[in-house]
Amino acid sequence: MGSLQSALSFRTRRQPLCGAAFSFPSQEPKQMKRALSALVLVAAGCAHAGAKPASGPGAAQAPVPRPAAPFPSTYRPFPSEPTLIRGGTVMTAAGQVIAGGEVLMVDGKIAAVGQHVTAPAGVRVVDATGRYVTPGVIDTHSHLGVYASPGVQAHSDGNEATSPNTAEVWAEHSVWPQDPGFTRALEGGVTTMQILPGSANLFGGRSVVLKNVPSRTVQGMKFPGAPYGLKMACGENPKRVYGSRGGPSTRMGEMAGFRAAWINAQEYREKWDRWDREGREASKIPDRDLELETLAGVLRGEILVHNHCYRADEMAQMIDMAHEFGYRIRSFHHGVEAYKIRDLLARDSIAGSLWADWWGFKMEALDFTRANLALVHQAGVRAIVHSDDPTGIQKLNQEAAKAIEAGREAGIEVSENEAIRWMTANPAWALGIDDKVGTLEPGKNADVVVWSGNPFSVYSRVDRVYIDGALMFDRADPRRQPRTDFEVGLFPGEAQR
Amino acid sequence: MNRIFLSAAALALAAAPAAAQTVAIEGGDVYTAAGTPIRGGTVLIVNGRIAAVGAGIAVPAGAVRIDARGKWVTPGLFESSTELGLREVEQLDETNDAEIQDVTGQRRDNDQVQAAFNVSDGLNPRSMVIPVTRIMGITTAVARPAGSLISGQGVLIDLLGNRVEQMEVVSPIGMFASMSENVRGSVGGPRAAVTMRLREVLDDARAWARNREAFERNATREFSASRADLEALQPVLAGREPLVVEAHRAADIQLAIRLAREYGLKLIISGGTEAWMVAEDLAAARVPVIVKVLNNLPQSFESLGATYENAARLRRAGVQVAITSGETWKAYTLRQEAGNAVAYGLPWTEAFRAVTLYPAQIWGVADRYGSLDVGKVANVVVWSGDPLELLTRVEHVFIRGQEVPLVSRETQLRDRYRVLNDATRAYSQPGTP
Repeated sequence: MGSLQSALSFRTRRQPLCGAAFSFPSQEPKQMKRALSALVLVAAGCAHAGAKPASGPGAAQAPVPRPAAPFPSTYRPFPSEPTLIRGGTVMTAAGQVIAGGEVLMVDGKIAAVGQHVTAPAGVRVVDATGRYVTPGVIDTHSHLGVYASPGVQAHSDGNEATSPNTAEVWAEHSVWPQDPGFTRALEGGVTTMQILPGSANLFGGRSVVLKNVPSRTVQGMKFPGAPYGLKMACGENPKRVYGSRGGPSTRMGEMAGFRAAWINAQEYREKWDRWDREGREASKIPDRDLELETLAGVLRGEILVHNHCYRADEMAQMIDMAHEFGYRIRSFHHGVEAYKIRDLLARDSIAGSLWADWWGFKMEALDFTRANLALVHQAGVRAIVHSDDPTGIQKLNQEAAKAIEAGREAGIEVSENEAIRWMTANPAWALGIDDKVGTLEPGKNADVVVWSGNPFSVYSRVDRVYIDGALMFDRADPRRQPRTDFEVGLFPGEAQR
Repeated sequence: MNRIFLSAAALALAAAPAAAQTVAIEGGDVYTAAGTPIRGGTVLIVNGRIAAVGAGIAVPAGAVRIDARGKWVTPGLFESSTELGLREVEQLDETNDAEIQDVTGQRRDNDQVQAAFNVSDGLNPRSMVIPVTRIMGITTAVARPAGSLISGQGVLIDLLGNRVEQMEVVSPIGMFASMSENVRGSVGGPRAAVTMRLREVLDDARAWARNREAFERNATREFSASRADLEALQPVLAGREPLVVEAHRAADIQLAIRLAREYGLKLIISGGTEAWMVAEDLAAARVPVIVKVLNNLPQSFESLGATYENAARLRRAGVQVAITSGETWKAYTLRQEAGNAVAYGLPWTEAFRAVTLYPAQIWGVADRYGSLDVGKVANVVVWSGDPLELLTRVEHVFIRGQEVPLVSRETQLRDRYRVLNDATRAYSQPGTP
C-alpha cells in the first residue's frame, strides 16, 4: 500500500482531530496484538492536542506537520445554472409539504424553498406541475462498485475474507466507478450512498460515502467532508466464514474477537495521544497500524460504526460492547429484529437501516415483520430504508411505501412526509452528512429529485436528478442519461433502455 | 400457526361438495381480468366456485356477505416461479426440498438430469412461508425444482390446505430445465454442450419409448439417463407437458426455440432477460415468457440487455407474458413487479393479466383459474384499491371459496411485540395464538 498517510487526520466539521501521523515508509506493522489491560481512555488526550502548536519536551524540534487526508476527494460539482423548480408538491423532509411549492437552486445550494420564492433574473425555470420534488435519495448500505455488475468473480471486491478483522481495508480501494449499477441508482433518484465492505468479517473495513456522479476515479465521487464508517458484522456470517478457518466459530467467539480488538485499539490510541501530548517528536513517533488506526478512529468518534446485525439479542450485546469501550453505534444495518429492541435503539440514538420486507434467507432473518420500520419509527428511532442490493437501491421509494402500508395495517400511521425522511434526512444523519444533504432547506447542497408523481406510487418515476444543483439525470433528455464505460457498444442501435 | 383455521379448512375442503358455503362479495369494483371491470358488482361464491359475477346479482339467503363498496375485487394473484412449500429457510439445506444435492450439499453436477424428480412429495402444506405469502393476495403458485440442467417437475398449488392433495392443482405442471450460465458446470461449460446433453437425453427418451419391452429384457443399448427420467420425459416429448427453460441471453432463447421446434416441444421461457431482443422469434413460435420485471442490471454476460421494459416490449411484439417475483420468501412482491411493469410501459390491464389470467393460460389452467368468471375456482381478493399500488391493503383473501384469516407468523410476531414490556415478551398476548 506504499506510503499511506494517517486516516486519523481525516477531518469532519464536528469532530475535532485527535490523532496524527504522517507519511511513512512502506512499513505496515501487522497487528500489534498485545492484549494489555483495558485502558479505558475515552476522549483522553483529544482536547489537549488539537491543532495547537506543540509545546513541552519536544518543542525544540519542529512538530511533524499534519498531512491532509489520504486519497482526498477530487469531487467538483458539475456545471449548474440557477434553477427554479416550481409548481410541484415539495416534500422537504424537514417537516413541510408544500403543494405548488418552489425550490430555488443557486451555485449548487438550495437558495430558497417555499410557496413562492424570489428568483434571480434569468433563472432556469423547471415546471414541475403535477410532480413531486424531494431531496436526493440516500442509501446507507450499498455495495455498488465493490460488487459491481456484471457480478463475475473478477468483480468480487467486497469481502477481504482473509481474516476476521480487516479493519485496515478501505472500501474505496475496491470501488469500480464504471459499475453500471451507479447509473441505475441515479435513475432511481439516489444522489449519495455509502459503499460498505461485506459482512464476512467482524471488522469488514472502512466504508466510503460517494456522490452518485460519473467519474473516472473513486476520488472524483467521494463526498467531500463525509466521515468514514466502519463496517462491523455480528452473527451468522463471520462464524460461517471462519468457523472452519480458525474461528470465530461461535457468537461468543465473535464477541471475544471484537473485544480483543477494541482493547488493542485503546492502547494504540493512547500511544498516539501520548505522542501528541508530548510534542510529536519525529524520533518518537509510534509505529503505524492501519487496522488499529481505523478502530482508534472509532474510539475517537471520528469514524462512524455501521453494524450489520439481525437478531435483537445480538444488537443488545453490540450496544453493551459499545458502552464497554466508549464508542457509539451510528446505525444497525438489516436489523430484522430491530422492532424487538426499539427501546434500546431509541435510548442510545442508534439509527435502524432496515429492509421493508426481506426475510427467510437464514435463521437470523426469520423473525421479520413487515411492520419493522413503522414500529421502529414509532419508538422515536431514526428509521432508514436501506438496500444492500443493486436493484433495491433503485426503488427505495417503493420499499418505503411498503413499510408505510405495513405500519397502517398495524395501526401505526406514518405520514408520507415522515416516510420521505426514511430515505433522505435519516440516512444523511447516519452518514454524518445531515448538515449538508438530506432535506430541502436553504444552505443545503442542492441534491434534488423531481418525480413524475407521488414517490410512494409504484407508477411514479424519477424525471430529474440534480446533484449540487447540476442536472445529472433527465428522463426526457438522452444526453442526460449517463452510461458507464462498460455499457459502451454492447448493443449498437439498441442501446436505449 | 393457525391450526384451528387449518383444521377447519381441511374439514371444509375434505367435504367440499357438501359444504355449501356461499359468500357474496358485494358492491366492489370487480376487475375480472377477463372482461371489462364491473363497477359496484357482486361476486357470488358457492361451493368454492364462482357462481355469479355482475351488477344486480341476487344474493341467496344465508350467504356470508362481504361489503366491498369502494374496494377492488380481483382474482387471486398467480405466481409462476417459486419454491413455496419446498423450502423454509434458504440457507438451511435440511429444509430444501426443491433441489437435489450431493452429500456435500453441492449441486449434483455429475447427475444433471433429474427429470423424474417431482417436487410434489416434498411439499409442506404447513410451511410458514405460505401464510406470509397468501395474506398479501397471492393465492396460486407454481412450486418448482431448481438447480440442474433438467431439474425435474414442478406443481401448481393453491396456498391453502393441510394435505398435498388439497393444495395441488396440477402435478406435474411442467418440466423445468435450464440453459442459463448457472448450469455450465453440469456439462463442462459450453452452451453447445448444454444442448448436446439435452438432445442426448431427449433422443434417448424417444428411443426408450420405442423399445420399452426390449429395455425391460435388458436388450437395449445403454441410455444416458435413468429409466425413470426417460419415462418422465414422455409427456414433454408428446407436447402435453411444457418444458420450462430458464434462458437469458438472446441467442440462448433462440437456441431454445430451435430445440423445441426440433423435438416438437411445448416451450416456456423462464427469466428471459434479453427476450425483448428476440421478441419476434418468440411471437412467431408462440412461446410465452415468464419475466421478472425488476431486472435491469447487466449482472452477467447473458443478461447484458437487461431492461425494465422487457415485459412491455415483449407484449408489444405479441408475446404472451406472465410476470413473476422470482422469489419464494418475498413472493408477495409480485404486485410490485407488475406495478413496475406499468411504470415501464406495459398497459395496466396487461400487467394485471400478467399476474392473473396470462399465467393461467400459459400453464394451461385458464378453464379454472385466472379470472373471475362463472365456474372458476373462487380465488378472490378484496383490496382497498389498485392491487398493484404498494399503499393498497389486502382486506380479504378467499382461496377455493374459503376466507383466509390475514394472519401469518410475521403478523403474529408484530402483535407479540406491539407493546414492549416484560410480561408480554414470553407469553401470548390477548388476541394472538
